[in-house]
Amino acid sequence: MNNALHPPARPQVARLEVEDLHVRFDTDEGSVLAVNGVSFALQAGEVLALVGESGCGKSMTAMAVLGLLPPTATPSGSIRLEGRDISGLSQRELRAIRGRDISMIFQEPMTSLNPVFTVGHQIGEVLRRHEGLGRKEARARSIELLDLVRIPSARTRVDEYPHQMSGGMRQRVMIAMAVACNPKVLLADEPTTALDVTIQAQILDIMRDLRQELGTSIVMITHDLGVVADIADRVVVMYAGHVAETGTVDAVFANPQHPYTLGLLGSVPRPDLVLADVQDRLAEIPGVVPTLRQPATECVFAPRCPRADKTCLVRMPELTETAPGQRAACVHPGPAEAEQREAVRV
Amino acid sequence: MTDAVLEVRGLCKYFEVPRSSGGGRVHAVDGVDLTIGPGEVVGLVGESGSGKSTVAKCIVRLLEPTEGTVRLHGHDVTHLKERRLRPLRRQVHMVFQDPYSSLNPRMQISDVVAEPVRMHGIARGRRARHLVGEMLERVGLPPEMHSRYPHELSGGQRQRVGLARSLVLGPSLLIADEPVSALDVSVQASIINLLLDLQRDMGFSCLFVAHDLATVEFLCNRVAVMYLGRIVEEASREELFKNPRHPYTQSLLSAVPLPDPVLQRGRRRVLLEGDIPSPVNPPSGCRFHTRCPVAELPLCADADPQLVDHRRDRHVTACHLVRGDGQAPDVTRGADPVVHHKA
Repeated sequence: MNNALHPPARPQVARLEVEDLHVRFDTDEGSVLAVNGVSFALQAGEVLALVGESGCGKSMTAMAVLGLLPPTATPSGSIRLEGRDISGLSQRELRAIRGRDISMIFQEPMTSLNPVFTVGHQIGEVLRRHEGLGRKEARARSIELLDLVRIPSARTRVDEYPHQMSGGMRQRVMIAMAVACNPKVLLADEPTTALDVTIQAQILDIMRDLRQELGTSIVMITHDLGVVADIADRVVVMYAGHVAETGTVDAVFANPQHPYTLGLLGSVPRPDLVLADVQDRLAEIPGVVPTLRQPATECVFAPRCPRADKTCLVRMPELTETAPGQRAACVHPGPAEAEQREAVRV
Repeated sequence: MTDAVLEVRGLCKYFEVPRSSGGGRVHAVDGVDLTIGPGEVVGLVGESGSGKSTVAKCIVRLLEPTEGTVRLHGHDVTHLKERRLRPLRRQVHMVFQDPYSSLNPRMQISDVVAEPVRMHGIARGRRARHLVGEMLERVGLPPEMHSRYPHELSGGQRQRVGLARSLVLGPSLLIADEPVSALDVSVQASIINLLLDLQRDMGFSCLFVAHDLATVEFLCNRVAVMYLGRIVEEASREELFKNPRHPYTQSLLSAVPLPDPVLQRGRRRVLLEGDIPSPVNPPSGCRFHTRCPVAELPLCADADPQLVDHRRDRHVTACHLVRGDGQAPDVTRGADPVVHHKA
């Protein structure tokens, strides 16, 4: 696969390797192509961020990896967990993997916890099921896990119900559940979006620790470029189900090549630039994200792109290397026309 | 300041908790002073539960304040009857967070915007239609869209309708309660730019309620930071973001991740412990002392700090540890930088 996003060759097999993933939804109004040829590889202990706006396919990519797509969706492509293809597994086989080798935390911790069981019971369920622990052992281990995610007085909190906890606390319980069996891969779908910034900082710190202490590989799905800059090693920028740009976080932020990445980065207020009176206007991306019903025959971003010309309308550009470790799907990649930003930062 | 557009003094709003839910009293807003001058854009920031939206709703009397006064152009509107309040409603309008639930789904957008014009008897017939059409174009909605219904519009377009409805009467004060937080980032950018342009052109004052500090920094002249029903610090934008004095403001600023990996990973960051305490039983003394990294006990737990303008430069802070010359403790000193382990 020539557009696969393999990082520089490494001796070991990637923890998670997604190759040419497509997800199609069949709706009453015809089919919708939600994910179109997404590929990435995740190494041990690595944090990979999937960024993009609503409808870009980032959550659907995660759901496809977990085999949790709704029945109206048809996925294709391969998903390999430490070399083993899990894309064709039955639900029964997947249940043995989910929660043990690969697990997920969601944006809304209230709706993803069961309100009628204590948090200890819910964390314990994972352990009883996957590791065959008894009730007592599971409870003891649950307390340890609550400690790990820095819940104060874990010993009493373990018997509480989700509604007795704050949003930040519930998200920690979700993380404790997700890492109970020390999974190889953790998928986090906007885990801090519903939380306040001071709580977000705590959660990001916990995730940083997990990757350090347990070596968990993390796929972080987010729309917040600050979160990406904070925690991720590499980033995949998605647009309309396609990968627009990918590379190390340092490279993509310092040297964005795809006009969409540039647009995204320019659309958020930057505290450092605002105070220096450099940024007096935010970059706007005119138009709206398209809903793809047919495979793209031209660059999907062309209708909104300031650089678009007729060479963009020939076909959907493939990811091409623009710098070592950085790729963009663009006919005219390159830094922003007016690079005032760099000039000021020096 | 007699020419203030809005003057809030000692505003309190308590909610009684039904006995079936444990009883008690939620101190949502507990003694807030706020002044907004002509053409000023003031940001009110805080985490959820800080009471910032309650302040906004008390100002427009969507909630009845428990105590305190709200003055609009010098008129005390705190207890005015609805009928006497109505003429003043022309002067204050509100934009809401959710552009999906704040527009009537059965009204064409031109009717949504025409409603205030009609209600206040400003214009009728052709003149009204002209006024509405002009306002809609001003917010970037071309004529062919004016007869559409809200469900036909995107979130950003709906928020434009919300802005048009709020500004069509040329109010002197706009209350914007998290107007962009439900939108995607690139759409947020266009609404923020629009709000900035409209404010420059029309010159209204604005209270911008938000939890996103970067947006507030971008948009506002002055910023007030709320914690558990109180304003803990208020200053000009430059002052607040360059020299935050209150430990809470400092912690809050350090918790916002910067969208730049180099800057973000070189920063010293304070992690606050725990959650914002319950406003039913707010902590004694300084309300922030339970989470404050530099609290000095028993002082901070005993005495309730007042907002003090230490250097008489309109930078007010409610903290015992800020010295007379405005010297404040630095909570990020000694804090670890964000450690980033390479995979």
